[in-house]
Amino acid sequence: MNGPLLKVENLTKHYPLGSGIFKKNIPVIRAVEDVSFSVEAGETLCIVGESGCGKSTVARLLMRLVEPTGGRVLIDGTDIAGLKKDALRAWRRRMQMVFQDPYSSLNPRLTAGQIITEPVENFERLSRQQRNALAADLLQKVGMSPEMMHRLPSELSGGQRQRLGIARALALKPSLIIADEAVSALDVSVQAQILNLLLDLQQQMGIAFVFISHDLGVVEHIGHRVAVMYLGRIVELAPCEALFAKPVHPYTEALMAAAPVPDPTRVRLEAPVEGEVPSPINPPSGCAFHPRCPLAVERCRIEVPPLVPLADGRVVACHVRAPATDVVAKPTTAANSSLSRVV
Amino acid sequence: MIGGGFLALLIVLALAAPLYAGDPSSMDPFKRLQPPSAEMWFGSDNLGRDVFARTIFGARISLVVGLLSAVGAALGGLLIGVIAGYVRAFDNIAMRVMDGLMSIPTILLAIALISLTGSGIGILIVAITIPQLPSVTRMVRSAVLSVRERPYVEAAVSGGARLPKVLWRHILPSTIAPLMVQSAIVCADAILTEAGLSFLGVGVPPEIPSWGNMISNSRLYLSIAPLTIFAPGICLAVMVLAVNLLGDGLRDLFDPRAKRRR
Repeated sequence: MNGPLLKVENLTKHYPLGSGIFKKNIPVIRAVEDVSFSVEAGETLCIVGESGCGKSTVARLLMRLVEPTGGRVLIDGTDIAGLKKDALRAWRRRMQMVFQDPYSSLNPRLTAGQIITEPVENFERLSRQQRNALAADLLQKVGMSPEMMHRLPSELSGGQRQRLGIARALALKPSLIIADEAVSALDVSVQAQILNLLLDLQQQMGIAFVFISHDLGVVEHIGHRVAVMYLGRIVELAPCEALFAKPVHPYTEALMAAAPVPDPTRVRLEAPVEGEVPSPINPPSGCAFHPRCPLAVERCRIEVPPLVPLADGRVVACHVRAPATDVVAKPTTAANSSLSRVV
Repeated sequence: MIGGGFLALLIVLALAAPLYAGDPSSMDPFKRLQPPSAEMWFGSDNLGRDVFARTIFGARISLVVGLLSAVGAALGGLLIGVIAGYVRAFDNIAMRVMDGLMSIPTILLAIALISLTGSGIGILIVAITIPQLPSVTRMVRSAVLSVRERPYVEAAVSGGARLPKVLWRHILPSTIAPLMVQSAIVCADAILTEAGLSFLGVGVPPEIPSWGNMISNSRLYLSIAPLTIFAPGICLAVMVLAVNLLGDGLRDLFDPRAKRRR
């Protein structure tokens, strides 16, 4: 296949606060600001960040459940923002979503079988036998017994419900699954089962994942590449091992320092950041992280740091740790800066 | 469910009226304002008509008006409410119109509609239905608004479901329960409104017996023949009570939490 499966360019979403016909300059929540990344076939890209940093909005934008304010989402090179209803519906087959809450994301009035076969029935007519066979097949894929197809969601456990959510996403045989905090509502033991299920499915069917999480342990377990978001922007995007071996952006560092490590002998770093996440309605000027950053210099207050590629294949937006001027000094400027825009 | 049983009994009695109740409009000037007898169980009114027969036939009017108004308001409210819950521009307009309708008293609005068009049972039902639309519409709209943001609706959309299917399969089912309950309330209200309009002389044409016009005709003879008023009056109260009990029963059936709370 030429080029990446999914390519996101300068994706931006502003939510206006209240509506006004007569008011000008309505304040907006800058949920997602100039986010760019790409996902190759069969790859897992994780997006991590604190609550409210825009992770879920990115997922909803990718699925076009909300309309972007700006930017493009390309699937195999086709911009989905421009698609009309029917083309969009056809395109949805390529990309499916697993939702965060396995309780509210399943219609309580439908049986498990009806829920997981519905996506297919949106596109083709199924006879009763075909539907039952499909439901049994999907249930088996997610490790459930076919008899479960007649159960209602309320008769299933949280883990089983999330398996249904995954089965529903698999029904259309998508090449990309977006998992928005797909395991965070589950018990830790069940989380592991679901994660392993996702890994197995990826190996068997070559599905790419965009895996959104705030749990670094989970991300380390399943990610190939990791994007760290802060206040609607990607601040660091790196291969998983590189990121966990050595975080570059001070925010990534702080996130890792704050993550619990199941090893009582390991000495924890003193958390290097203080204070609260600023409001996305009125984000700080320059680098959004500068009020909390221990390394902040004058330039961080004024200028938004661009994503600068480093040697180990990562991009970082930080004036101190990855100054853009270094790149400018090199002869490959043009190639690098265009890379930093589209990675 | 006592209400439901009682209402079913009333419906059977009313449907079977021609079989046992006799003629409600035959007059006999020599037998005016008679006390109850074997021949006329509830006595006779000021024109010598059989009060029992008129009461039973009056139930038909009340039931027809009540049920058809409830069905009409439910269907109309469902349609407007679902569209309003989904289409923002329509929502603003429709809800302001509904607010306007709500600000006018039901009976007044019905009288105005009837005086615009002339009387008749069809017109009467329409005139009673329209003032009931706002309550149903608002209820359906709020149910749609609360359901449309649920993740399972988003999941259906991202699974490629078309809008009609999303509405039919994922959104409408959760409006049905509150709609049934609201319809029962509308039905009771419509029965009372019809009686009120007929009492005022703008409802059912006078040649058709209805509880409202029976009470109205007989109010001068209360001291001589009290049954001419009490028979339709008590029936009216009992029927409205039965419909309301049915509504309560439906609510408990659909929302078991409300029942436990009591």
